[in-house]
Amino acid sequence: MAIIKGDFIDNLPKVYGLYTGGFVVFILLMAILEQAGLGADTIGILFVAFTVVIYATIGWLSRTMQVDAYYVAGRQVPAVFNGMATAADWMSGASFVAMAGGIYFGGHGYIAFVVGWTGGYVLVASLMAPYLRKFGCYTVPDFIGTRYGGNLARFLAVCVLTLASFTYVTAQINATGTIASRALQIPFEVGVWFGLLGILLCSMLGGMRAVTWTQVAQYIVLIIAYLVPVIWMSNKQGFGLIPQLVYGDAVMRLGELETLHGVGAKEAIASPIAGLKALTVAHYEAGTTFAAKWKFVTLVFCMMAGTASLPHILMRYFTTPSVKAARQSVAWSLFFIFLLYFTAPALATFTKLQVLDPNLATGIIGKAITEVNALDWIQKWSNVGFLAISDSNGDGILQINEFFMRGDIVVLATPEIAGLPYVISGLVAAGGMAAAMSTADGLLLAIANALSHDLYYKIIDPKADTKHRLIVARVLLIVIGACGAYVASMKLTSILGAVAWAFDFAMSGLFFPLVLGVWWKRANRQGAIAGMFFGLLAGTWYLYMVKWGGMDPWLYIDHLRFGIIGASVSLVAMVVVSLATTEPDEETQRMVDEVRIPKGESVLSSTH
Amino acid sequence: MTDVDQSTREAHWAKTKGLMITTLIIWFIFSYLIHWFADSLNAVSFLGFPLGFYMAAQGSLVIFVVLIFWFARRQHAIDVEHGVAEDETSGQQN
Repeated sequence: MAIIKGDFIDNLPKVYGLYTGGFVVFILLMAILEQAGLGADTIGILFVAFTVVIYATIGWLSRTMQVDAYYVAGRQVPAVFNGMATAADWMSGASFVAMAGGIYFGGHGYIAFVVGWTGGYVLVASLMAPYLRKFGCYTVPDFIGTRYGGNLARFLAVCVLTLASFTYVTAQINATGTIASRALQIPFEVGVWFGLLGILLCSMLGGMRAVTWTQVAQYIVLIIAYLVPVIWMSNKQGFGLIPQLVYGDAVMRLGELETLHGVGAKEAIASPIAGLKALTVAHYEAGTTFAAKWKFVTLVFCMMAGTASLPHILMRYFTTPSVKAARQSVAWSLFFIFLLYFTAPALATFTKLQVLDPNLATGIIGKAITEVNALDWIQKWSNVGFLAISDSNGDGILQINEFFMRGDIVVLATPEIAGLPYVISGLVAAGGMAAAMSTADGLLLAIANALSHDLYYKIIDPKADTKHRLIVARVLLIVIGACGAYVASMKLTSILGAVAWAFDFAMSGLFFPLVLGVWWKRANRQGAIAGMFFGLLAGTWYLYMVKWGGMDPWLYIDHLRFGIIGASVSLVAMVVVSLATTEPDEETQRMVDEVRIPKGESVLSSTH
Repeated sequence: MTDVDQSTREAHWAKTKGLMITTLIIWFIFSYLIHWFADSLNAVSFLGFPLGFYMAAQGSLVIFVVLIFWFARRQHAIDVEHGVAEDETSGQQN
């Protein structure tokens, strides 16, 4: 299709400008239809269906039968657009739906996730992305396999990648299923398969090229969907147009309200519905004990090292036109991610204020329970089991320890709590869908590409022709997607538990082999194999023992932080074994020299 | 192999390493060090926020964004200085 060739790249700002304008017009149209009496359910369906059809169209227009277009989008994605695509790739259903809720319940301690998921990009920029771009690989195991040599190293890298990404992708398919089922009014199990269908339409025909251009489109939808309700709400409350800068007063006010309502001071009551929580943690107070501080920094470290080892993120920087553009692109990625991440704590603060402040019309804590039960949003969300009220002391007044909810509500229900029109709720559903789909796309592609390029082409059948390779890649994409959807439909773990594990798996097996591959010439094949094998083994063993084996965590390193154990073992094993065996041959050393300077041909040729 | 002599490569890598270390020191301070003292910092008010909370919710993030943009510029300057930056046109075709 002519639209995706040559001048398409020059016209990117125009194309996506028009797209954004079109989306805004669609939102306004929905708002008008809502005024005209269109039902809330129909609006929700239209939002999700309209955006998914657009992504699928982009996916279809980007179809390709060329290897470098399929694997690395032809290496022509400009830094800024790759930044947007990475931001969508990165911000998952968990970031979109669960993060603000996590901060609502977890306060300062939970914000460790926010710090970790942004600061990791400093490691990506300074240690990894530009060098991997110069290398010219198609996948992350492609780098490991070529730098260290040998099929075993490549195979182990494929194993770590698959384990980490698959853990992550089930959570994303789960999120698409949840959102699709709610917006389209279908059962969750059907929603999961519907979500998968959308994801495959975006990625199957055009590989990385299609995923790139749909992710840019998805970023635009998700950031509008996240920012509009927050800005609207803060405007209503008199916090102005850039609420992120001025919510300090709201934070301080929460401190007073927590004392007033006795947050954390009242006795804990069991929630009438499993999985719902009452607010017990102060909003801004930071831990004073060694344990609390240590838990904060170890969580930050795991999320950062995991960020820098997750293949679906690293492979986005293989698509830029140059090494310089790869570096700039990391900066733009973090900028676009930052727009959402510095809004999440503001959203959590505003929502909490709405619920807690008796001076606001929306405040419910301290009000009569009959009055609270009559509210629309309370009825709607308690009907679906997201919220519960239990008057345990029988005084007819809602206390802080008698109000239970699910964290996801903070994003999903805030428009209703603040009394915004339903069109905003539809927009939020479309945003959540975009966030979960774009991450699932990137992850599925990372797994399928590693299996098709590294396992099938490089190890099993090096003589396979282009057509064969690309057909295998697509078949794998469908198979892995189906496995992911099947696992997701069994609802094994909560969304966020699984997401944190993906980071820990990735850092256990890949962090040091990747970093030392560039920064330590002496690192050799035996060392890398030992590093990946023992790192992954130790991490997995520790996770098993702490989570299911009844072992007490060492030094507060719990199941969310098992990457610390894995990565430490990986580092020691890699250094010891490298030094105990012969240094890499001269050719490998020259390869490392080449990777370290941007000038010249990439190490691997453009179609390998 | 690209035609760059060994001494240039070594000088370039030494500077690149220096920049990496500087970047990671700043990263370490704003990722770990200040959050360790978040409880004490909360006694300080910054733009109306308790400072410890502000740094986690916003301050560190702003610094990370600026840090990476600065890093990308500095690294490019180092590459140009040692004559190992990419040829703009060949980079585009790659």
